[in-house]
Amino acid sequence: MFLPIGVPALPLDEAGKYVAAAYVVFLVLLLVYLAIMAARLQRVERELRELASFAEQGSRQEEREEVSA
Amino acid sequence: MYGKGLRTLSIATVGAIALGLSLVFFYAPLDADQGFVQKIFYLHVPLSIVALLGFIAGGGFAVAHLRSDNSRWDAYSYVCIHMSVIFGVAVLATGSIWARASWGHWWVWDEPTLVSFLIVFLLYATYYPFRYAIEDRDRQARYASVFAVTAGAFVPLNFLAVRLAESLVHPRVFATANGGLPGPMRLTFLICLVAMALLWVTLVKFELTAKNARGQLSRLRRALDAPGSGTGSRVAPEVSS
Repeated sequence: MFLPIGVPALPLDEAGKYVAAAYVVFLVLLLVYLAIMAARLQRVERELRELASFAEQGSRQEEREEVSA
Repeated sequence: MYGKGLRTLSIATVGAIALGLSLVFFYAPLDADQGFVQKIFYLHVPLSIVALLGFIAGGGFAVAHLRSDNSRWDAYSYVCIHMSVIFGVAVLATGSIWARASWGHWWVWDEPTLVSFLIVFLLYATYYPFRYAIEDRDRQARYASVFAVTAGAFVPLNFLAVRLAESLVHPRVFATANGGLPGPMRLTFLICLVAMALLWVTLVKFELTAKNARGQLSRLRRALDAPGSGTGSRVAPEVSS
């Protein structure tokens, strides 16, 4: 943790930039993390869709084989 | 399973963060020494406390994994450490900004609290290459758990360093003697701490849910690939990342 030692307070217009920067950095980090998680979720969804269609194809093929037999 | 209660937790987190931010900017008084810059305190200190506690929690779950050999605890340990490393990045970034505003320097090497946190952060940054350098899953989990326990035991030193630092003028939040935070600041700080803790728990739960979903998907793919699974001997298509 950072422990700023007692120094004269910055004027509001200057201090505001630093405070805004700190909170924005935190927000950006959070959003980057959520974006990465969203991308992963999309991949899972896509893979799930492909597996579902793959399973459907398989069951249809089995039905056809049963009918022809 | 992991996603149970995630919605409620997310709503509580958003509510707590909104309350915390409102208190920071509309309720907590300006610090007599630092003025408006001290508002970074309400973000930076809860982040660092939660990150450090997360590392300890990771060590705790690693102990459970070593005792039971249940991979579930290894997943908990991994996700706790992963989330705390992310929080650690935020701690370093917000702390640097605060240091720049207060001291005029982005980093001060002779400040024990800064350096000790950096050491802890860098220690945990080696967790990933250490873990993924081992291919065998069981060994990977076991070695990672040993690492998490050892590193987790090191973390309290960081708290001690903060307490023992000579140049300490940081307000002692729960101190009863001189230097304790005044009431409104203390309340604001505690709400922010709760909000950060809730955010950490929510993200850990979210990550675990996503990890579990990917695991279940892999199981499904293996089951469909297996001969005699009803889908013939065809191999399920691999999804490129």
